[in-house]
Amino acid sequence: MSYSLNLLMVLPELVLSLGAIALMLVAAWGGTNATRGISIAAVFVLAGAIVALAGPSTTGGLAFGGLYRADAFAGFAKVLIYLATAVAIIMAPRFFARSPGEDLRPEYPILMLLSAVGMGMMVSAGDLLTLYVGLELQSLSAYVLASFMRRDGRSAEAGLKYFVLGALASGILLYGISLVYGFSGSTDFAQIAGAYGRDAAMGTRSLGLVFGLVFVFAGLAFKMSAVPFHMWTPDVYEGAPTPVTAFFASAPKVAAMALAIRVAVEAMGSAVQQWQQIVTFAALASIILGAVAAIGQTNIKRLLAYSSINNVGFALIGLAAGTAQGVAAVLTYLTIYVIMTLGAFLIVIRMRDEQGNPLESIASLSGLSRTRPALAWAMAFFMFSVAGIPPLLGFYAKFAVFNAAVAAGLFPLAVIGVVASVIGAYYYLRIIKTMFFDEPAGAWDNSEAQPVENGLIALSALFVSPVGYLLIPVLGAWSLAAARALF
Amino acid sequence: MIQAIAFYIFATVVIVSAGLTIASRNPVHSVMWLILAFFNAAGLMVLCGAEFIAMLLVIVYVGAVAVLFLFVVMMLDIEVAAMRAGFARYLPLGLALAVALLAEVIIAFQAWSVGGVQLAARAAPIAPEVSNIQAIGNLLYTRYLFIFEGAGLVLLVAMIGAIVLTHRKRGGVRPQNIAKQNARQPHEAIRNINQPIGQGVEL
Repeated sequence: MSYSLNLLMVLPELVLSLGAIALMLVAAWGGTNATRGISIAAVFVLAGAIVALAGPSTTGGLAFGGLYRADAFAGFAKVLIYLATAVAIIMAPRFFARSPGEDLRPEYPILMLLSAVGMGMMVSAGDLLTLYVGLELQSLSAYVLASFMRRDGRSAEAGLKYFVLGALASGILLYGISLVYGFSGSTDFAQIAGAYGRDAAMGTRSLGLVFGLVFVFAGLAFKMSAVPFHMWTPDVYEGAPTPVTAFFASAPKVAAMALAIRVAVEAMGSAVQQWQQIVTFAALASIILGAVAAIGQTNIKRLLAYSSINNVGFALIGLAAGTAQGVAAVLTYLTIYVIMTLGAFLIVIRMRDEQGNPLESIASLSGLSRTRPALAWAMAFFMFSVAGIPPLLGFYAKFAVFNAAVAAGLFPLAVIGVVASVIGAYYYLRIIKTMFFDEPAGAWDNSEAQPVENGLIALSALFVSPVGYLLIPVLGAWSLAAARALF
Repeated sequence: MIQAIAFYIFATVVIVSAGLTIASRNPVHSVMWLILAFFNAAGLMVLCGAEFIAMLLVIVYVGAVAVLFLFVVMMLDIEVAAMRAGFARYLPLGLALAVALLAEVIIAFQAWSVGGVQLAARAAPIAPEVSNIQAIGNLLYTRYLFIFEGAGLVLLVAMIGAIVLTHRKRGGVRPQNIAKQNARQPHEAIRNINQPIGQGVEL
């Protein structure tokens, strides 16, 4: 295969990394004044990467001798990742402009772009090496972004905590990788699948391969913050600047989940019995802990952190099914989840008192329906949708994963999931009650017109509203095509 | 014959200088002995036919790591006596660790000779006429080019991150402004005065 074809297949990554490097040169001369222009350019670079996905980068197959997979699955995940990253860049300038002493430096969009390169490598990984390098590229950018507000103690704490725990998780993952490599003799997914397949065909169980699988899944569970590796999530989400939190809750989750699916199906497909137990446990534990621990929270960012743990659990139910239908359900779930979450964070970022200080307590949402009815209704849409209440699109997401689990014969998992989603509904409804039935707590700052943000909130609210059901045939067909690429 | 002599010279020097690294009282001397140990280890690698690793040892370990150690040792005010105070207390623990390491090495060699893991069969042998620098280069820049560039981006992110998190504008610094220096005219910098005898110089 010629080298130019290989390069065509990695075109999205090329666009992003060359764009990031070019923008960095602009930043070196332009300084802080150039931030606005660089942010706008970065959004266009991400749009260019999405355009570059049409073509060999989603249909090409294997690139660089199996290191990189350019298939429909990667294409689906990348569209989602790039969109979420673009939204996280768009919402940043206004947030930083209102935070005294913290100007948005041009490195913010550049680190976001490089993180997107890493996430693209993760979802396209065809080899344990690509997996690890992509993961580190994403994580390293994320550590810096978490502590981007240097004067804020909580932001620095979030970055440090994330870094230390992330390094530990990388260590666990690497240990698993080394075991898998040692006992299968290769880092290539196809050959690892061969080793697991021989193991399964002979009816033996190589302990080294099983241990490697356990450690790899533990490392990946940390990256997607599934229980029992979720401890960092509330602290990091609370401390990081809100646009960065919105980013953490969306794009890296999609990337980690897509990576876990790829490893589970492509590399360890014949060890399904082994990883199904792990994924089932992580799914149930995440759903239950995410629902129960969120009840006592008073900070909206912490609440959304637990909500994200809860949602990862639901998405993992689809993976536990281990079928093409299950994987398609996960992709559908992730799409709807990302849009709901970004919408909710776009509203959280608007929470400022009249002096412009950011508000984070749930109590400050009181009586929002009277002071800012449009925002209150949009938030109500997102919350009803995350809770999975029928006319909204979040219900369909949950329905899809439960349907896949039932089709794969996992009845107990589906039943416990449904019951736990009722617990989760309690705290989402509490937010709606606070907004609609409590006395107004004090007006929010409304001094700036924010057309782009308002448009994004309206779009995402429209998507999760019953109107979104019109898109389901498209979304369903597209995610099924993406999932089929793996099986 | 000459290989055997070279091996014994390198090996002896490695062991002696490694021992002196821990034994010498001055931390700077320790670092110097460590550098000597690295050099001789590089010699051993050349004898194995691994000239690339030998060069890495010299360039990376001697050129970067050891110099970094030296900086740290010289910058930090390490009190040697205080550090040695715990020697007797931690001796049993240290010995236990040493025994564990020795046991592991022995077990590893036993397992290797039994051949259960068959590592030797799995490691890809390189053609004898290709030097191992060339072989590594071939792999790194063709087969693994994508990962190599990815690793480069990881380093770039690390650099940007370090600068973003630590660089800030400080007051009271005097940065060099080359354009301003070059544009300076003699009459701005030099003042001719007729100094009267017996009086102080006015600055």
